[in-house]
Amino acid sequence: MSLELTPGDIVAERTYSITRDTLVRYAGASGDFNAIHYRDDVARSVGLPGVLAHGMLTMGFAVQPVVDWLGDTGWVSDYQVRFTRPVLVDALEGASVTVIAKVGTVEEDAARIDLTVTFNNETVLGKAQVRVSFS
Amino acid sequence: MNPELIGRIFPPTEPYLVGREKVREFARAVLATDDSVVPPTFPVVIQEATLAQLLAEPDGGIDFTRVVHGDQRFSYSRPIVAGDELTATLAVTSIKSLGGHSMVTAESTIVDAAGEHVVTAISTLVVRGDE
Repeated sequence: MSLELTPGDIVAERTYSITRDTLVRYAGASGDFNAIHYRDDVARSVGLPGVLAHGMLTMGFAVQPVVDWLGDTGWVSDYQVRFTRPVLVDALEGASVTVIAKVGTVEEDAARIDLTVTFNNETVLGKAQVRVSFS
Repeated sequence: MNPELIGRIFPPTEPYLVGREKVREFARAVLATDDSVVPPTFPVVIQEATLAQLLAEPDGGIDFTRVVHGDQRFSYSRPIVAGDELTATLAVTSIKSLGGHSMVTAESTIVDAAGEHVVTAISTLVVRGDE
């Protein structure tokens, strides 16, 4: 499969609409109950404009388009991100986050997929790289 | 933050049994299409226990309210599957200071019941200094 990939190819693209409900669900599933992810007053008390998404939630869904694209042809053997900007989740409007997954480098049985993850037209993850192994 | 944390290795966590329904719950929480596949970020559930050890370290000097997640990596030897019994061992591998902030890198090495490596979860936490 990797032989058919060319650096620069877009392999997946998706926009996620997240709400405060998404954050509560992630808090429960992950065990991260930091109140800045569900209480505006607590978020503001530490200098934030309001409730923001868990960085690990953004990291978690940003790789899912790659997981879907892979299907059973391969698996994610390495995944890293840098958290560069917060995703603010408005109580009424929620937040919309777009993921574009592009081929970075190709090896014989593996490839590096680079993610561009944006919120309000700004990237929120830096050096977001997924290594996929085909085996 | 106490610079003597560098190189410190913590006791292994209690074995964590990966359950199918927990995988489904976590997969739905990260908006997965197929909730039977273990999401790549699932080890965060296990890493949580090791980072709690770090933040609770009496001589660590880490103020939880000032901690921000800087970056995160998962490096696998094999995929996690339901039924795995996983144990994590935390090591502090680096502490750096940058403009009044401290950055601590913590590596959780996660092995299966046979002691074979499954995944290493690497977190860099930024501890904001006094402003």
